[in-house]
Amino acid sequence: MNTKENIKTLVIKKPLKLDCGKTINNFPIAYETYGSLNTNKNNAILVFHALTGDQFVTGINPVTKKDGWWSFAVGPNKAIDTNKYFVICANVIGGCMGSFGPSDENPETKKIYGTDFPVITINDMVNAQVNLLDHFGIKKLFSVVGGSMGGMQVLQFVSNYPDKTKTAIPIACTSSHSAQNIAFNELGRQAIAADHNWLDGKYSSKNIVPDKGLAVARMAAHITYLSKKGLQEKFGRKLQERDDLKFGFDADFQIESYLRYQGSVFVDRFDANSYLYITRAMDYFDLAKQFKGNLSDAFINTKAKFFIISFTSDWLYPTQENKDIVIALNSIGADVGFVEIESDKGHDSFLLDVPDFLSALKHFLDKSYEKN
Amino acid sequence: MKNEFIVIADLIEKDKKVLDVGCADGTLMKFLKDNKNTNIRGLEISKEKVQECIGKGLTVIEGNAEKDLKQFPDKSFDYVILSQTLQAFLNPELVLDELLRVGKKAIVTIPNFGYWKVRLHLLFKGTMPITKTLPDEWYNTPNLHMCTIKDFFYFAKSKEIKIFKSLALNKLNTSLINDGNLGVKNLFADLGIFLIEK
Repeated sequence: MNTKENIKTLVIKKPLKLDCGKTINNFPIAYETYGSLNTNKNNAILVFHALTGDQFVTGINPVTKKDGWWSFAVGPNKAIDTNKYFVICANVIGGCMGSFGPSDENPETKKIYGTDFPVITINDMVNAQVNLLDHFGIKKLFSVVGGSMGGMQVLQFVSNYPDKTKTAIPIACTSSHSAQNIAFNELGRQAIAADHNWLDGKYSSKNIVPDKGLAVARMAAHITYLSKKGLQEKFGRKLQERDDLKFGFDADFQIESYLRYQGSVFVDRFDANSYLYITRAMDYFDLAKQFKGNLSDAFINTKAKFFIISFTSDWLYPTQENKDIVIALNSIGADVGFVEIESDKGHDSFLLDVPDFLSALKHFLDKSYEKN
Repeated sequence: MKNEFIVIADLIEKDKKVLDVGCADGTLMKFLKDNKNTNIRGLEISKEKVQECIGKGLTVIEGNAEKDLKQFPDKSFDYVILSQTLQAFLNPELVLDELLRVGKKAIVTIPNFGYWKVRLHLLFKGTMPITKTLPDEWYNTPNLHMCTIKDFFYFAKSKEIKIFKSLALNKLNTSLINDGNLGVKNLFADLGIFLIEK
């Protein structure tokens, strides 16, 4: 799935006890960095990626040869200015871009893990990535930033390591996966499982991939990342390279063609089992539950300055769910700012060129850094 | 900076925790932060203003005072400021209760509808008064519940709200209001500033 020579990895020797009860050790974390760490080591930002992201935040992704997933936000003079900050991003465990995941070989059985890979959680992902701080000799990050599942990792990180970051920016996320979130993820997983190539996760042994199932999973998920208005404006009922309906089941409409394309390019870069594991980790995320139902208690020990951002047209992680985090922080007197950005681009807004979002992000970081 | 803000800032000691409700572009917040080492937070309904505050490095929460004050615990701020916005709420009484719950003290300023220019405007022109502090037309004003300094005085009394200090502002002149001069101040001040507690 990936060309390993372009991937930097750190092998974590320290055993990590997972939430499922199993312990892993000597496992790889694949990461990438941008910019340079200053001598005081106080300019580092740990970026967490979302469900289908990876460590290649910006520039050309050397594996897919496409722009990094957050090229709009990260780079020289951009919102997360790599002339100023040292940006670190790691592929989550369970992922398929070089970090320990289900497409790795199990050293005991010499077979690809597949669904024998342990179920991992957002907490496990964060606990694995914190090792990167030791690797770079960073005592305290300047910021932890992430959108969607990346935002969940931000929340979990601050909760687990209250002294390890100065600021925290969870974007378009939630502290607890809703029934609707779980439902969409389950739809994706069932699409993969229904592909006869999936073979209960053992497809690698037969050198095949459940690409049809994975593509359908991606298509369904992709709809949830966009807004109704955005879709209508971009596609409406426009026809795909034809003058009239064909009275068949080809992609008559542009939106059908677009979704099929999104599905087809996704299967080239993503592992189906990873998709199962990562969506499961998101579904299991319920930060309040970790603190007997009181979300505020998750942040009681931190002095980190929070900045929470949501988007008007995001119905996957709507403003109210982001605001619930603000409320939990305010109820303990934490330092928290919040802004809802006007955008028609749905949940995907955080990945796109949304000037109000990017300027808010830049201002918050740069102004907070001045006082560093 | 507006004289009003200087008067408000004078009421606040150094190193306090303060919430500015309806903080607009954060001018007062920034002044307090820079000059009084205030641990300052803002609540602001306008997205554009919130962006301006972020640009100044201020901690601001986008929200609506009528709904979003309830998230703050009792007495979690030393002072809560409400500058010229009380009259714009659907339910000013409720907002005032919330201000006094969240803050140990509150500083509330009101454009005075008893100001002589306002009275004369209505008396002679017979149209809704327009002044420097009340610049909008009747059909586009955000002000739903105009009151006078006297009204606020009586209102506070009826609600058993303690008024520590009340100040009358007229351009650059600031003077204390008391029971004796209330009638006169109500006529000559275009702005009232009240430091209150419950």
